[in-house]
Amino acid sequence: MSYLKKSPWILHYDASSCNGCDIEVLACLTPLYDVERFGIINTGNPKHADIFVITGGINEQSSVVVKNIYDQIPSPKVVVAVGICAATGGVFRECYNIKGGVNTTIPVDVYVPGCAARPESIIDGIVAALSILEEKRKAMKKGETPL
Amino acid sequence: MGREIVIPFGPQHPVLPEPIHLDLVLEDEMVKEAIPSIGYIHRGLEKLVEKRDFKNYVYIAERICGICSFIHSVSYCQGIENIMEITIPDRAAYLRVIWSEYSRLHSHLLWLGLFADAMGFENLFMTAWRLREHMLNDMEETTGGRVIQGSCKVGGVRCDISNDKLASMSAGLTAIEPELSEMAGVFLEDETIDMRTRGVGVLSKDSAWDLGAVGPVARGSGIALDARMTGYGAYEHLDFSPVVISGGDCYARCRVRVEELFTSLDLIGQAITMMPDGDIEVPVRGNPSGEFFSRTEQPRGEVVHYIRGNGTKNLLRHRVRTPTTANIPGLVQMLAGCELANVPVIVLSIDPCIGCAER
Amino acid sequence: MTIEKQTTVVIPVDLLLDEVKKMHDAKYRLVQVGCGQFKDQIEINYSFERDLVFSNLRITIDKETQVPSVTDLYHAAFVYENEIHDLFGIGFFGISLDYQGTFIRTKDKHPFYNTINKEDSLRPEEEGS
Repeated sequence: MSYLKKSPWILHYDASSCNGCDIEVLACLTPLYDVERFGIINTGNPKHADIFVITGGINEQSSVVVKNIYDQIPSPKVVVAVGICAATGGVFRECYNIKGGVNTTIPVDVYVPGCAARPESIIDGIVAALSILEEKRKAMKKGETPL
Repeated sequence: MGREIVIPFGPQHPVLPEPIHLDLVLEDEMVKEAIPSIGYIHRGLEKLVEKRDFKNYVYIAERICGICSFIHSVSYCQGIENIMEITIPDRAAYLRVIWSEYSRLHSHLLWLGLFADAMGFENLFMTAWRLREHMLNDMEETTGGRVIQGSCKVGGVRCDISNDKLASMSAGLTAIEPELSEMAGVFLEDETIDMRTRGVGVLSKDSAWDLGAVGPVARGSGIALDARMTGYGAYEHLDFSPVVISGGDCYARCRVRVEELFTSLDLIGQAITMMPDGDIEVPVRGNPSGEFFSRTEQPRGEVVHYIRGNGTKNLLRHRVRTPTTANIPGLVQMLAGCELANVPVIVLSIDPCIGCAER
Repeated sequence: MTIEKQTTVVIPVDLLLDEVKKMHDAKYRLVQVGCGQFKDQIEINYSFERDLVFSNLRITIDKETQVPSVTDLYHAAFVYENEIHDLFGIGFFGISLDYQGTFIRTKDKHPFYNTINKEDSLRPEEEGS
């Protein structure tokens, strides 16, 4: 696990998930799993966020919203796609209204597997995102533009 | 008379775990009208019946929503079983009741937590979710899944619970009951919660009936409306009466859910005591031909699965009317005339499950 | 296991409002309005419930038929009617809250109408529907 000087805040958005992954993301914040021990807080404001956690595949109406939220998060930022729907569209990929995974709209850094994704794997995914965030921060300091 | 402005609420909003959009027409701090718009998580999964075998479709039906998951699969399977005239073994029916009531427990605890969070009562949110983990552990130990169980199938259930395990589940629930009572006391008697919820978002009994409200919203407005009263599955053998509270405000809806926690505990206890031995599934031959409206009671209210088959392995039509869809007109009514600061509490008080509503 | 009785009465579109009014006057609750396409026909079911008795009114129409809205009697029907309009392209007149096709925004317009997938041609003929 990487060492971080600052506490990364996450922003969660449900692109078109069934809720299963959403409630597991929330479960991560509660006493049993408690991601706050890594200094992570769930925020509702994109301008405060470092890590963008998305559940569910992208549909026609949510793709604009996802893009909008992504643009509002200040760099450096990391995107974590939680659950199989966010990776590929999952069981719903053949539905007429589903475009596919999150990567059809914005670049994704970490994919978390599972249907629904288990809190343990979500935490693993967020911890992996922390080290990517740190790399991006260093790159920014050197003057390189992060991805 | 103040100036009229329109404030967009959602789709991404701190209080909403899921996206719904409301245009709030305000006059000063007062909401004059709320216009909902949905579609942010519309997937179109009802269309998948044309591509999936009706037995495999159970997985899709279960994923309509990750919170009410098990009861969705029960409703779907029950519909198919009715069309095909399959009688499932008693043990399977009782197991379905046990898992359904566990779903209700975990869903109500989840909602109570979110409700506390909407009022800024962070500690209570954590307490409710800590207790919820007990239910999820039991679900995981018996089905393998925390939120999506996958244990229901056409013709019965996929896995059995041993009698030893049932006994230990029963003991576990008895042990956790005092903790639930302690938490219930805070929800029902704490002054802060009282001030945020009493008299807020009132829906009268007549309006609730006219607007087709279901579940805790209807029961909180004094209507005894609970699909479990129809005695589907093993409910006909269990001693059950719905929790009905008059008042119609956010407090009444909260009270319905708090009291239903104990009803569910009681139903699980009864089901475990009466659990018969025997098979857990019957073989399913042929394809469904006919139609049925399958009704069951979800944590959020009555759900209707309309299923129609023509004797092939793919169904012709599967339509789901979820409780949140039925409660949206009621929500619009509650919001008219409320204060802007109360909007989050009122929106949460119907327990919106947008994943269900939009499918 | 108790299997509840469900009745379905098929009525012509002209009588829809009258029949729905009878249900409304008899204090029935509107459970749902649901739609389905079976071959070229569109079927709309209006489900009602009172004292645990579940009954349906059904109209069978083609796509061009304009259906009168029941929102004057049951305001809650606006959710279902807008949904049917957006998914099937059926026109309703007189909806109390008309979203004009923006209730559920989908990639393709009216995704449920005439979009039975290709494997369907392999299916045997439908019976008795």
